[in-house]
Amino acid sequence: MSWHALLGNPMNLTRQDVEKIAHLARLSITAQEMPVYVTSLSSIVNFVDELSRAQTGDVLPMAHPLDGQHQRLRADVVSESDHHEKYQANAPAVQAGLYVVPRVIE
Amino acid sequence: MLHTLSIGELGRNLNSGQISSVELTRHFLARIERFNSALNALITLTAEQALAAAAAADAARAAGGQGPLLGIPLIHKDIFCTDGVRTSCGSRMLDNFIAPYDATVVAKLKTAGAVMLGKANMDEFAMGSSNETSYYGPVKNPWDRTKVPGGSSGGSAAATAARLAPFATGTDTGGSIRQPAALTGVTGVKPTYGRVSRYGMIAFASSLDQAGVFAQSAADAAIVLQAMAGFDPRDSTSIDAPVPNYPATLSAPLAGLKIGLLREFFDGLEARNAALIHEALKIYRSLGAETVEVSLPHLPLSVPTYYVVAPAECSSNLSRFDGVRFGYRCENPKDLLDLYTRSRGEGFGAEVKRRIMTGTYVLSAGYFDAYYLQAQKVRRLITDDFRAAFAQVDLLIGPTTPTPAFDIGAKINDPVTMYLNDIYTIGANLAGLPGLSLPCGFVDDLPMGLQLIGPHFSEAKLLNAAHLYQEATDWHRRSPHGYE
Repeated sequence: MSWHALLGNPMNLTRQDVEKIAHLARLSITAQEMPVYVTSLSSIVNFVDELSRAQTGDVLPMAHPLDGQHQRLRADVVSESDHHEKYQANAPAVQAGLYVVPRVIE
Repeated sequence: MLHTLSIGELGRNLNSGQISSVELTRHFLARIERFNSALNALITLTAEQALAAAAAADAARAAGGQGPLLGIPLIHKDIFCTDGVRTSCGSRMLDNFIAPYDATVVAKLKTAGAVMLGKANMDEFAMGSSNETSYYGPVKNPWDRTKVPGGSSGGSAAATAARLAPFATGTDTGGSIRQPAALTGVTGVKPTYGRVSRYGMIAFASSLDQAGVFAQSAADAAIVLQAMAGFDPRDSTSIDAPVPNYPATLSAPLAGLKIGLLREFFDGLEARNAALIHEALKIYRSLGAETVEVSLPHLPLSVPTYYVVAPAECSSNLSRFDGVRFGYRCENPKDLLDLYTRSRGEGFGAEVKRRIMTGTYVLSAGYFDAYYLQAQKVRRLITDDFRAAFAQVDLLIGPTTPTPAFDIGAKINDPVTMYLNDIYTIGANLAGLPGLSLPCGFVDDLPMGLQLIGPHFSEAKLLNAAHLYQEATDWHRRSPHGYE
């Protein structure tokens, strides 16, 4: 069975689907915002569903626009100096050079 | 009228001592002061630093320093990190973010002596085609302030069109340089993927993002691209290949050049828009080029392909915004999960959240193969179509956008309609190809763009073809009323 048939068409996401996606994405979505996302994400999913029509049997997936590129390696020598004070100036909460977050372990 | 001069002319005036960089910088700062409140093109002004940089450029010139950009003002899209200057990416998330280092593009232009006037407004995290998703409000099109300037680099485009700077930087992930260049009547260049460093450019979709330039002409763009391009070991996808001398070949004859007319770009194209492209083809034929029709059968799938690949990459890239190390943090988080979800929910705008969720969905268990892997396969089919076309022709030509600038508010509530604005530009991003948009006439008194797309690393040929068109026409010299 093709994935297309598996998913069914048209594809309408439910509120529960969007809540699950939002949780996976670590996004809080307000009750007011929710209906807009249910509608617009459904229309986007239906729109991209057009891809199912393409014949892609043994085509290799393309992750990078320039073929033949490979990850460069460099000598294992220190190339960065310590900038932690400058970088941490942008942090919402820092103490003794550490990022402060709500207590995780009781 | 300093703001109507080309970069080359400004350089000659600076060299002869007729003007100083401080005077030039004051001239553009005064224009920003006069016009920006109506356009909302700049969101951060760096007047003090600009005048200091201009004074330094004047001193360097007096000491024998040279260079085509020494003392020339510019505006950076607010996606580029600028050391010590707020870098917001158009988002509440980064409203208070002071970049701790310079992007390579910023550093290279600084080394060349260019003078930053400020940072340009943009769609939030470069996600948008109208500059309406910015946390700082929409940018207005100088040709008609009820219209959008395009996006995502809308501030850079509007600023260049209104002559608030001789040039501006931008980024193009799905058309974000070419589309706003077309809608504001300026020249915009999106180089080959890997040609310009992405280091310090806030990531949206890493396999598509590429930095480029907005200028008043192809000749000016060639000068700027020369300074921006080149290998950068700090960008793992930067290409280690020599950069040709772009200005040197601007006037190379076009005799024998084969230009392919993209059949798929004309399906359903409005007659007045198509007529402008055919007028441009006549000019190219008069310059000795040969035009043939070519077909890229998978190109119509480029928009859905993009709206799987780009959101997937964005959902991964934007996971770094967690309310911990930088950026917005919500008030009184009750635990770590609450800190993450509310900081992100409150810090990101509607379109960014929509794309993160689209990306999360297409990458999630059960849907990965159907959407993401399928999109990557279609991406190869589209790329192979381009490769086959470039076996027959040297350049491809077509419109940049389906319509001229549309009304502010017209499409913002319908994402799919908004996404279709990029129908002609996305293909080049998927295949990593360089593209250029240049003004080619008007529809309803609004500028339209002609798009040239070439094989990888053909920027010199694109700039050459654009320059000779601009020698034969004066569309690029038209200025919006009130900004002359």
